[in-house]
Amino acid sequence: MSEFAIEVENLSISYKGLKSYSIKKNLLRRKRSEKEEFRAVKNLSFKLKKGEILGIVGKNGSGKSTLLKAIAGIFTPDEGSIDLHGNSISLLAIGVGFIKELTGRENILLSGMLLGFTEKEIKSRTDEIIEFSELGDFIDKPVRTYSSGMYSKLSFAITAILETDIILIDEVLSVGDARFRKKSYAKMKELINQNDRTVVIVSHDNKTLIDLCDKLLWINDGEVMQFGETKAVLSAYEKYVG
Amino acid sequence: MLNRAIQDLKKYFRYSVVSAKSKLKAEVANSYLNWLWWILDPLCFMLIYTFIFGFVFDAKEQHFPVFIFIGLTMWDFVNKTLLGSVKTIKLNKAIVSRVYFPKFILVLSKIWINGFKMMISFGVVVLLMIISKVHLSLNVLFFIPILLILVLFTFGCSCIVMHYGVYVEDLSNVLNIFMRFVFYATGIFYNIETRIPQFGGLLNKINPVAFLITSMRQCLIYGSTPDWKLLLLWFTVSVILVILGLRKIYKEENSYVKAI
Repeated sequence: MSEFAIEVENLSISYKGLKSYSIKKNLLRRKRSEKEEFRAVKNLSFKLKKGEILGIVGKNGSGKSTLLKAIAGIFTPDEGSIDLHGNSISLLAIGVGFIKELTGRENILLSGMLLGFTEKEIKSRTDEIIEFSELGDFIDKPVRTYSSGMYSKLSFAITAILETDIILIDEVLSVGDARFRKKSYAKMKELINQNDRTVVIVSHDNKTLIDLCDKLLWINDGEVMQFGETKAVLSAYEKYVG
Repeated sequence: MLNRAIQDLKKYFRYSVVSAKSKLKAEVANSYLNWLWWILDPLCFMLIYTFIFGFVFDAKEQHFPVFIFIGLTMWDFVNKTLLGSVKTIKLNKAIVSRVYFPKFILVLSKIWINGFKMMISFGVVVLLMIISKVHLSLNVLFFIPILLILVLFTFGCSCIVMHYGVYVEDLSNVLNIFMRFVFYATGIFYNIETRIPQFGGLLNKINPVAFLITSMRQCLIYGSTPDWKLLLLWFTVSVILVILGLRKIYKEENSYVKAI
C-alpha cells in the first residue's frame, strides 16, 4: 500500500466544444462559432499522504470545484492522471444531491449505495444519520418539501456518518444555523483526527483552514501558485489578494 | 468494454432496482387512485380505441379488445422508456454532478419502472384473454423471447437517445413527433398488414416495434407461430444497439457534467 492517498499529476481539464446546442439554432446560424475553449485546470500536480488534511484556496472561478470534481471521478482528466490508490471517496458540496420526489430515508439508501456501501451497512447506520441530520419526521417526507437548510443538513449527515477513506468538502462547513454549524464543525474535526482519513477542504474561511489543515494548495486560474505549510501559503495568498 | 459493463452491472444492479422501487412508490403516494392508474390508463385507451376503430371504422379483427390492449401495453413501454431517457441526465443533474456512476444505470432503472407497469398491463391482457375465451396453443411460449427482444431493443435505443439528449437541447421535441409517427406506423389499433395492403407487410418487417407486437398477437391470441428467423434477426440488431449505446455512453459519460 502506498503512503499516498491522492496523487495528481499534470492534470488539465478544459471545457471545450461541449456546450449543448439546439437544432433550431444550428439551422438558423450559417457559420458555427469557433469552439470556445476554457481551461479550468492547467497542468496541476500535487501529492497528498494518507491521513493528511489539505486546504485549497483561490479566488472564485480559479478551478477549485473543478479540481474536486475531477478527484471525485466525476470528470475524466483531459490530460494527466489522478491516482487514489483504491480509496473510497465522497464529495460534499452545497446544493442538492438528492432525487427530489423520494423521501429522505430513501435518499440516504440511494446515496449510500452510490458511494459504494452495501444496503446492510447503510441500514445499520441510517438511524445515526437521521439523528445527526435533526430532520425528525421529515425524514419520511419527499425531499422536495425540505428547506435548503434541511437539504444541507441531510447531505452533511450522510457524508459524515458513512465515512469514506477520502472526503472532499466544497465550502459546506457553513450549513444550517449556528448550532448545527458548530456541531458539524466538531464532527468534521473528529473525522479529521482519525489518522487514516484523508480530507480535502475548499474554504474561504481562514480560521477553518488554519485550524484544520496540514497543508494548503493555492491555485490561481487553474495553476498552482503555492503548495506547502498552511500558514506560509495563507500569508502569501493574503498578500496577493490584498 | 463489455467486461466493464458486466462489472458495473453487478456493482450497481441493486441501485437500479432500489431506485426504481422507490420511484414507483413515490408515484403511487402522490395520486388518489394510485397504482390503479397503471391499469386504468391502458384500459381507458383500449376502450376508446375499441369504440373508435371497432365501432366507427368497423375493424374485423377477432378478439379486438385484446388485440388493442397487447399493442398498447408494449407500445407504452417503448414510448415511455425512450421519451423518458432523453432528458434523464439533466433531470438527475443533482446526482450526476456529485458522484461517479455508470450512466446506463439510469436507463436500466427506467426499464424496471416501465417494465413493471408493462407486466401489470400484461396481467390485464391475461384477464381479457380469459373473458374473450381465447384458445391457447403452445406458441404462447414465444411470449418470453419476444419480450426479451423488446426490452433489449428499448434499452439500446434509450441509451443512444440519452447520450444525444445531453448535447441536443430540443431532441425531445423531435423525438416526440417521431414517436407519434411511429405510433401510427406500428398498427396499435389496426392490423398493419391488412389495412395497408401496398406496403404494410414491409412496414411490419422493418419496424421492430410493429413486428414484435404483431408476433405477440400471433402467439397469444391467434395461436400461430411468429416468424422466428425475423425474431432472431431483430434480437441480433438489438444486441448490437445495446453494445453501441453502452460504448457511446462509456466513452463520453464523464463529460456530461460539463454540458449540463
